[in-house]
Amino acid sequence: MTGKTIHALGEAYRRGDTTPTAVTEAYLARIEQLDGQVGAYLTVTREPALRAAAAAEARHRARAPLGPLDGVPIALKDVLCTKGVRTTCGSKILERFVPPYDATVVARLAAAGAVVLGKTNMDEFAMGSSTEHSAFKPTRNPWDLARVPGGSSGGSAVAVAADLAAGALGSDTGGSIRQPAAFCGTVGLKPTYGRVSRYGLVAFASSLDQIGPLAQDVRDAALLLQAIAGHDPRDATSVAAPVPDYAAALDGTVRGLRAGIPREYFAEGVDPEIARAVRAAIETLRGLGVTTEEISLPTTGYALAAYYLIAPAEASSNLARYDGVKYGLRVPGAKDLIEMSSRTRAAGFGAEVKRRVMLGTYALSAGYHEAYYGRAQKVRTLVRRDFERAFARVDLILAPTTPNVAFKHGEKEDPLAMYLNDALTIPVNLAGLPGLSVRCGFTAAGLPIGLQLIGKPFDEATLLRVADVYERATPWRARKPALS
Amino acid sequence: MISRQDVEHVARLARLELSDAELERMREQLNAILGYIDKLRELDIANVEPTSHAVPLVNVMREDEVVPCLPQDQMLANAPDRVGELFRVPRIIED
Repeated sequence: MTGKTIHALGEAYRRGDTTPTAVTEAYLARIEQLDGQVGAYLTVTREPALRAAAAAEARHRARAPLGPLDGVPIALKDVLCTKGVRTTCGSKILERFVPPYDATVVARLAAAGAVVLGKTNMDEFAMGSSTEHSAFKPTRNPWDLARVPGGSSGGSAVAVAADLAAGALGSDTGGSIRQPAAFCGTVGLKPTYGRVSRYGLVAFASSLDQIGPLAQDVRDAALLLQAIAGHDPRDATSVAAPVPDYAAALDGTVRGLRAGIPREYFAEGVDPEIARAVRAAIETLRGLGVTTEEISLPTTGYALAAYYLIAPAEASSNLARYDGVKYGLRVPGAKDLIEMSSRTRAAGFGAEVKRRVMLGTYALSAGYHEAYYGRAQKVRTLVRRDFERAFARVDLILAPTTPNVAFKHGEKEDPLAMYLNDALTIPVNLAGLPGLSVRCGFTAAGLPIGLQLIGKPFDEATLLRVADVYERATPWRARKPALS
Repeated sequence: MISRQDVEHVARLARLELSDAELERMREQLNAILGYIDKLRELDIANVEPTSHAVPLVNVMREDEVVPCLPQDQMLANAPDRVGELFRVPRIIED
């Protein structure tokens, strides 16, 4: 009963083949049986899930479901505030934090009838690319348990890939949805900055963070995006642009679309197996009527460096709130306020968070602000202009999602080596664009490879349309990881 | 190059009490990361405007209306220490 796509589940509920309660119970049983191996969840919300399922079941029985997500079991990255359910952000400093309100996306999913199975593991405060930086436990890649699932939304990607949830939400600041989606072979969509409300998303880097779906297929991603997209008066950076019907956009018409192939995304450092699979995917799309041309995004090689000033600078400011006063951990026994905060933060933050807070504080400190943060913001303009020039000629961009496939636990001890993993996802965040990763093959060792589609601002529909056509024209979707 | 003294200063600004070993490791790692970041100097940024935000938004305004907010007891529920309806912190003013 687990492993059905969201749209197939909706169909099964309509026909009366199964019920939300039966499916929710099946997911909870599978989590109990298998999550010990992969560690996707930090918290499983069994009782509220069963209550939500019963309510959905009553609506389905009355032939009045709320929509395509009614009674669908989903998982939430533990960076999203859930009223009355602890929200840790993968950090010891928030280990016992119970939010008094729901994030807007959580409220919207509830209003659509979705059943929340629980909260998923992540790199602490979404800082990381492997989910090894969770304060609680590592998460394992279901395709090879010795390997990482990517990050920081590793728990959500694994929940979807291992059939421990029908769909999930994650957040993406520098690739944290798309990279784990590529490593685990799911669909992952980072919407345009401003498309989805960030109210109730624990902040990492506010000018880059965006919430989006991780899904079994492209149609499911469209349904999840539909439920969460749109303006929210509680997030002044959410944009009041109309939200199209994303499922209706999946009409199979891609003929005549122009795709740009950025040569910098196939440069040195990209695994040849990945480059080959992505080139083959591009050929498939050409065969389906998409025209392609080589383009150049010349600032690509500098985006990572700019990001590692901008994101830590914003993080150092956002994380100043964890001072041991209003919520979260407090280390007792300090003689004054500064000592209390300094000891609390030392005990509550992990090594990667400390590193980024230090880097960001340094980049913003007197005498260095202009040389570092100011320069990075100007480079950000160059990255944005690269894309603007490209999108004057093409409708979308096709590239690899990551330079390498899932690596082994402990393989990237050097922080810089870990950061380089995000070289192909970060430019999209700096420019605020939508990006989608869809499975486009496997390495000889059986690890999934991601094709990245990058779109114009607020043009998620084109990405979904092209990815859907690609997914249905290729055999990759059918393969599942063997877990037992 | 960032010195041990710089690292200690930044740790104070960031309110992070770091051990000797942590300070030393931080110095090495920050130097490696800043060394990589130095490649930004290769780019000509004269006459380039900074981007602080990807979406051009200007002064998002709303009506100044009173709306309900979260009740005080819920806002205090996560406090590590409190007295009545106040957060309690260590003394910051001498008697």
